[in-house]
Amino acid sequence: MTTDVLTPAAGGLACPAGDFVVDPLTATTTSVVTHAHADHARAVADVVHCSAEGAAVTRRRLGDAVKIIAHEWGERFQLGDAAVSLHPAGHIRGSAQVRVEVDGVTWVVSGDYKREEDPTCTPFEVVPCDVFVTEATFALPIYRWPSTAQVVEEIWSWWQANAAAGKCSMLFCYALGKAQRVLAGLRAHTDRSVFVHGAVSPLTEAYRDEGIQMLPTAPVGKERRSFAGELVVAPPSASRSTWMRRFGAVQTGFASGWMRVRGRRRGRGWDRGFVLSDHADWPGIVETVAATGARRVLAYHGRADLLVAYLRDRGVDAAPLAGSTGSRSMEED
Amino acid sequence: MRRFAALYDRLDRTNSTNDKVAAIVAYLAAAPAADAAWAVFFLSGERLPAPVKVREMTEWACDVCGVDAATFEVCYEEVGDRAETLALLLEAAPGRRDEGTWDPPLREVVELVVGLRSQDPAAQRAALTARWAQLALRELFVLNKVITGGFRVGVSKRLLVRALSQWSGIDTAVLFHRMMGAPIDSEARFRGLFDADSTDADRARPYPFFLASPVEGEVATLGEVADWQAEWKWDGIRGQLVARGGEVSLWSRGEELVTDSFPDIAGAAVGLPDGVVLDGEILAWRDGAPLPFASLQRRLGRKRVGKKTLADYPCTFLCYDLLEEGGADLRAAPLRARRARLEATAALVGFPVSEVVVAESWGALARLREQSRGRGVEGMMLKRLDSPYRTGRVRGDWWKWKVDPLELDAVLVYAQPGHGRRAGLHTDYTFAVWSEGELVPVAKAYTGLDNAEIRELDTWIRRNTTDKFGPVRQVAAEHVFELHFDSAQRSTRHKSGVALRFPRIARWRREREPQSANRLDDVLAMVGEPSGD
Ligand SMILES: [Zn+2]
Ligand SMILES: [Zn+2]
Repeated sequence: MTTDVLTPAAGGLACPAGDFVVDPLTATTTSVVTHAHADHARAVADVVHCSAEGAAVTRRRLGDAVKIIAHEWGERFQLGDAAVSLHPAGHIRGSAQVRVEVDGVTWVVSGDYKREEDPTCTPFEVVPCDVFVTEATFALPIYRWPSTAQVVEEIWSWWQANAAAGKCSMLFCYALGKAQRVLAGLRAHTDRSVFVHGAVSPLTEAYRDEGIQMLPTAPVGKERRSFAGELVVAPPSASRSTWMRRFGAVQTGFASGWMRVRGRRRGRGWDRGFVLSDHADWPGIVETVAATGARRVLAYHGRADLLVAYLRDRGVDAAPLAGSTGSRSMEED
Repeated sequence: MRRFAALYDRLDRTNSTNDKVAAIVAYLAAAPAADAAWAVFFLSGERLPAPVKVREMTEWACDVCGVDAATFEVCYEEVGDRAETLALLLEAAPGRRDEGTWDPPLREVVELVVGLRSQDPAAQRAALTARWAQLALRELFVLNKVITGGFRVGVSKRLLVRALSQWSGIDTAVLFHRMMGAPIDSEARFRGLFDADSTDADRARPYPFFLASPVEGEVATLGEVADWQAEWKWDGIRGQLVARGGEVSLWSRGEELVTDSFPDIAGAAVGLPDGVVLDGEILAWRDGAPLPFASLQRRLGRKRVGKKTLADYPCTFLCYDLLEEGGADLRAAPLRARRARLEATAALVGFPVSEVVVAESWGALARLREQSRGRGVEGMMLKRLDSPYRTGRVRGDWWKWKVDPLELDAVLVYAQPGHGRRAGLHTDYTFAVWSEGELVPVAKAYTGLDNAEIRELDTWIRRNTTDKFGPVRQVAAEHVFELHFDSAQRSTRHKSGVALRFPRIARWRREREPQSANRLDDVLAMVGEPSGD
């Protein structure tokens, strides 16, 4: 029996042959970071390998003390006995899948990924492999995403309707990735300026620095002004803070894959839910798993149980990734 | 169907009553009457007789989607609603090409569903499978809900009546009456709602309620005690019982017709002579004494009350006043005259009459009032003996004289942010008392502190958080608050075993140590015998 190329350790996936960890959450020497979201990128390694496309946002997230080594898409680099390369995952800017080859056996870790259109990052690439480690955040057959264009148009009409009623449109979404995706998508409808929360502003500037085209933005700022008719983009955590008080009459919306389920939207009291996810939906996961040609599939990051049963029914050697944490926070998409 | 699905979506999206009314009015203005009838049918909580077995329908849908029973169960758990789960699965099923090609009038959807009843399962399956393929998500949800029933979208009968009234210009009381009885299940019934000749509904119409104001200052300033009629102030639902033309209608103070929820009261009232209107209190009542308010709540909002509910939560109508007798309006007559005739009328049907509390002096009356909690009442009503039955809240003739609340010193243990204007500030507090060396939560309270105190406490909460559960912060057990509440009741739903009614913060007792707060035993001792000012 051959040993696994990657196994859960340090909160991420360790590669003993290459002496590195993918997305570690606890102290380690060398890491490969798939993308800059907090549940994947922490300042816990001395040396960090990431994609060139994601280097700027990863740097912003990890700080200047960490040594970052950036790699072009598909560029092969050697870590110990492992040949490693990064491939686009289409989740947020710079998000990578990690391909690891040891003794002729190829593993691919998906990180977070999606198959939907997103003008802010390089689209997902199918990487053939023997073992595919797939995320399973939305691995239930009820999750299927509408087209990005349709959802962006819904956001636009909502903004217009609120403006006509003299109200401010407060759109909550993940500050890194989702916010910029919305700001880029809305260019199809308008060139108006959008107000952004302090957590969204620097990340949006980082995207802009890399040439991503988005609507003009302005920070919400401290001085008193009317926000009637304006669109404000903010992280969900801001909805419970005093920051909310300055906006007068507000309609709130939340852009997330979780909004596909009515109860989730109502439970949180959002006026409006927009089904816009940066993760793969059920058909996306199933198609991707098939496309990789993997003979073995490990599911992590979410609810693995159903996906595993579904794949086993179809003759795929599938299992939940032992020891991986199933993080399913609503704020994570 | 798309129009109704859009209405449902709009109702689902807002918590504002005005928005909901506006959405329904806009729908009524746009929809053909034959569709609007069914919209009203579903929004008023009605359902069609089950046309298919829900279990079978679930199987058919799962087959279409290639989903097995175990997978369905996991999805159902995630979504929490069968019709919605099936709609999401169907919409996400692979190979859909005809989505959005069928947009029939709502009436036709109802006909389809009603038609299923007379078909065998194979035909039912074929019909549903064909239609499912043609519908987009929102419409799939509507079709499934029409089959399974239960469009819960926060539309009360009162809200629906308001919308119907706003759209048609017909008085809400008339509409309430017409919405009673047979459900709105045809265009003819729907059109009948808006008949300009309201003789039918006028027969059931109550009088506007006369409402009392709280006593201010000393009762002695009201004049001679002999000029006043004192009664106990009951904690039920103020109502009017209208018996005219062989029909009985029970109205709540919210001008809502609640006859269906209280068949015991309505049944007894059939014995009233024609042309009688009684003012009184709907109370859960057994052996001549009131049951807790929670018992009364079991009866509210039910369209049909079963035998068991009737037996477990019996209700009565405690009479206060006689507003009409023999078809004559008595409201201008003095209370003393109305009261004399009230007792004879109530006796005809065995309804209790509110006891008149007699005292020689205001002081003696105040001492009697101290029995309030023991009697399960909120205090006293004071009504001028020569007062007419006025309209609305008119000060001067009727006063409510409530007793002071029960008190308790408790420790702040949890806090979470409030909503709206106070978003971000921790304004929702949980308080605990001691039990075997531990603090057991007994009450949540939101009101009672002023803005400066709220801000100060908020800052303290942020610096003294010991644990967080989502937005809820556990805080160090340091601050003691005096809570007031109306009564304490045994409760199996609360860990403490006791539920406080209307708890509110009376004051922040900065001088008190947390160890000095009350013990759970003290609170339990207040259950049932809530007495003494
Ligand atoms: Zn991510
Ligand atoms: Zn993630």
